Amino acid sequence: MEVIIYGIVNGMTFVLMAIGFSFVYGISRLPNFAHGALYVVTGFITWSFINNAGLPYLLSIIFSLIIVTLAGTAIYQFVMIRVRGMPISEIIVSFAIALAILEGLRLQGIGGFKGFIGPGYVLPRFMDGVLETSGVTIDFQRLFIIGFGLILLFLMWLFTHYSKIGLSLRAMAQNERAALMLGINSDFMANIALGIGSALAGLAAIVIMPLGNVNCESGYSVLTTAIAVCVIGGLGSWMGTILAGLILGIATTIMSAIGGTMWNNVLIFGLIILILIVRPSGLFGKQKELEERV
Amino acid sequence: MFETLRGEELKNQERRKERLDRGIKARTEGLYAIQSWREVLYLIAPRASLIVGLLILPLVLPGLYWQRVLALAGVYALLAVSFDFLAERVGLVCIGGAFMIGVGGYISGALNYYLKLPIFLTIPIGTFGGALLCTLLWLPCLPLRGIYFAVVTFMFPFLTTSIILAGNLFEGTEGLSPIVGFPNIWIGIYLIIFILLLSIFGLRRLCGEDIGVVFSGIKDNDQAVLASAINITRIKVYALYIGSMIGCFSGAFVAHFSGFVGVSLFAVDFSIMPIAACIMGGPGTLAGPALGALILSPLSELLRGFGQLRVVLYCLVLIGFILFKPEGLLNWISRKYHQTEHWVKV
Amino acid sequence: MEEQKKKIIQVRNLSKSFGGVKALNNVSFDLFEGEVLGIIGPNGSGKTTLVNTITGFVKPDSGNVFFKDIRITGFPPYKIADLGITRTFQVVRPFLSLKSFKNLIVPLWSPRARRFASSRGGDRDAVAIDLLEEVGFERDAYVPYKSASSLPLGYLKRLELARCLALRPEVIICDEVFSGLSMSEIASMVPLVERLRMRGVTLIMIEHRLRELFTVADRVVVLNFGEKLAEGEPQQVMMDEKVRRAYLGEEIKI
Repeated sequence: MEVIIYGIVNGMTFVLMAIGFSFVYGISRLPNFAHGALYVVTGFITWSFINNAGLPYLLSIIFSLIIVTLAGTAIYQFVMIRVRGMPISEIIVSFAIALAILEGLRLQGIGGFKGFIGPGYVLPRFMDGVLETSGVTIDFQRLFIIGFGLILLFLMWLFTHYSKIGLSLRAMAQNERAALMLGINSDFMANIALGIGSALAGLAAIVIMPLGNVNCESGYSVLTTAIAVCVIGGLGSWMGTILAGLILGIATTIMSAIGGTMWNNVLIFGLIILILIVRPSGLFGKQKELEERV
Repeated sequence: MFETLRGEELKNQERRKERLDRGIKARTEGLYAIQSWREVLYLIAPRASLIVGLLILPLVLPGLYWQRVLALAGVYALLAVSFDFLAERVGLVCIGGAFMIGVGGYISGALNYYLKLPIFLTIPIGTFGGALLCTLLWLPCLPLRGIYFAVVTFMFPFLTTSIILAGNLFEGTEGLSPIVGFPNIWIGIYLIIFILLLSIFGLRRLCGEDIGVVFSGIKDNDQAVLASAINITRIKVYALYIGSMIGCFSGAFVAHFSGFVGVSLFAVDFSIMPIAACIMGGPGTLAGPALGALILSPLSELLRGFGQLRVVLYCLVLIGFILFKPEGLLNWISRKYHQTEHWVKV
Repeated sequence: MEEQKKKIIQVRNLSKSFGGVKALNNVSFDLFEGEVLGIIGPNGSGKTTLVNTITGFVKPDSGNVFFKDIRITGFPPYKIADLGITRTFQVVRPFLSLKSFKNLIVPLWSPRARRFASSRGGDRDAVAIDLLEEVGFERDAYVPYKSASSLPLGYLKRLELARCLALRPEVIICDEVFSGLSMSEIASMVPLVERLRMRGVTLIMIEHRLRELFTVADRVVVLNFGEKLAEGEPQQVMMDEKVRRAYLGEEIKI
């Protein structure tokens, strides 16, 4: 029982991590490999605001979210826009940006900048305290994650189905040419999409990071998790992302309970590879048959 | 008829760049009409300088440290050539360089460590057997298109690392050591240079043959190749085997040159660096990526003192090249060599 | 003298759905050796799906295709081409990065072409240029040496046919070779089709341009919404009530 509940919690964290990536790829077909980096950056900026600038928690969060959103838009506007359409270059470029950011954060001694190394960076939890139900202890932060995740998903769903911008984004995702013909500006939409995607990454960071600490290594694992969830669930499908996140969460929790965390990675990577081979568009993906394989 | 003006003077007027072939050779659609020794020299010079340069390089390097750097650069160069061949000539974007190195390295290393086989046996077995293993394992991935194939191949090294660590295979985190080295460091260095030159010129030759046209066809438009009664999976297998051979050889080489085999062979660096070298050096030319690797690798050694700044610089260089000079160094150089440019009034 | 014509392709009860759309619904017809069969029908009637199914690019949900009594349903495309059934693409698919004659090296390299190779088979470049000349690329103007990306549509359509010819086919399925061409280009294509037929190649031609089609076709099959409406000689078929209603909407008094 405990396993299932923790599995769901973990699953929800995975889903939150993956939403940003899935959104950007689903809308503008841009694999944003800088997703993990943006996640980490949000954490560090928030920490800096709290500790170095002494700002209250909420204000720091808002500021860092704004910064991260702008960063994402900037990435698109200055870099990605030039490699749009060449998928390999997009991956390489965004991954290079991610590497530059993540490793840059670890720099030491450049102009007195002490790198962010070590486990000392912690973001305070939103609320302390635990809940005990049916013999299982869950802390409030984790419950908050589940609730927050659900609300966020619901809001995203509302946004893309009922707001003008959201509908334009969906139109672009379904048929770019038709959307262009109707006057929807593809680049502008991609900018917005990337901005929203970055904000989602930031939100995920804010909510999840208090559970542990803020470090650079998580940048890579977040990226891998996001890719895993999106691939398994199907790129561009909300339902798939959610279900895949939950499945992955439960599976990894079970795996940890049985065999230890070492085999976790085997499971994740093995699943990614398996799904890519057998069903590249994921469990719920909408890619056409002829597009994904010969 | 055309006035050749300096670029600055034409700033406010219509202008275009005019490119003229240097008048040394007569060129018709790729066929050369050679008329004099001067022309022969002109054609041979770039290739000869590459060969001679590489052969002389180990002799002029100051000391053992730099020779090791050269050897490692050679490894990266081989990986870059392999990536370039597969990605630009055949359309198989395989970001699994680390996997090839790891497989080649582990096979040769294990053969030497457990079975005490000598180096002149382990390297060939590692190369050919490793390539066989890589091709077989990647076989189910072959029908996948572009980006999916790239992501899958990228994941393989991670999966293998996890399995080795989790199952504590091949001594797990400690790795296998010591592995017998080359009897003489010169043999090692010249071996890798030789294989590098062999790969570059060999693959260029191969791509010039009719099968090379089929490779280009697959990259261009695989449905049409299918309709031409060719089993593209089989052709992809051939190409993948050749690419893996190069990669696994590099792995076997690294194992013996460093005397150690461990999960560090599956490092992401081996997958990413060849791509950077390829893009910087000129995708599609096979020699360009090798050149790129030979530049980037020592450069990253030089920057080791700066710690993480190294990686940041890598990435910035890579991004810069992709955005502003996607044709790469070698293409740029060869363009300058073959053609002169003037600003010309329109 | 009545020749008993052999059935070279038999299509039996072919059905295929994409999602909720039934593209092919229980289609059956025969193709006789040496004839030119037209396949016509309004847009969306399933003509290209039919070709894709016969040539292996799409697997049918049910039904069978027979080639000379061999069951070829579900074979991969290259295997079907290897047996001698070739096709052109409605949206032309040349190898844009290659020169025109290099485009033909690919089919000439295939196992099937190599089986049929004559003593000159070693020099595929020469064979390629000869083939292009046959379909109308002017050798003297060095057209075969031009990059495929610079060719106009008329040439590209002929390049597609040349690609099929390189395989020494028994059947060529032409998916809308006349579409998108100007009148003069069509005028030069029709004799080419005639020449193919005289070589003994069996043709299936999917067309919209009925007038040109009826000058070359022996029989036609009419499709609508994935179903076969009629099969027979052109004049006969056009008299059919169902066909008229499908194509023209109402009865037209002639």
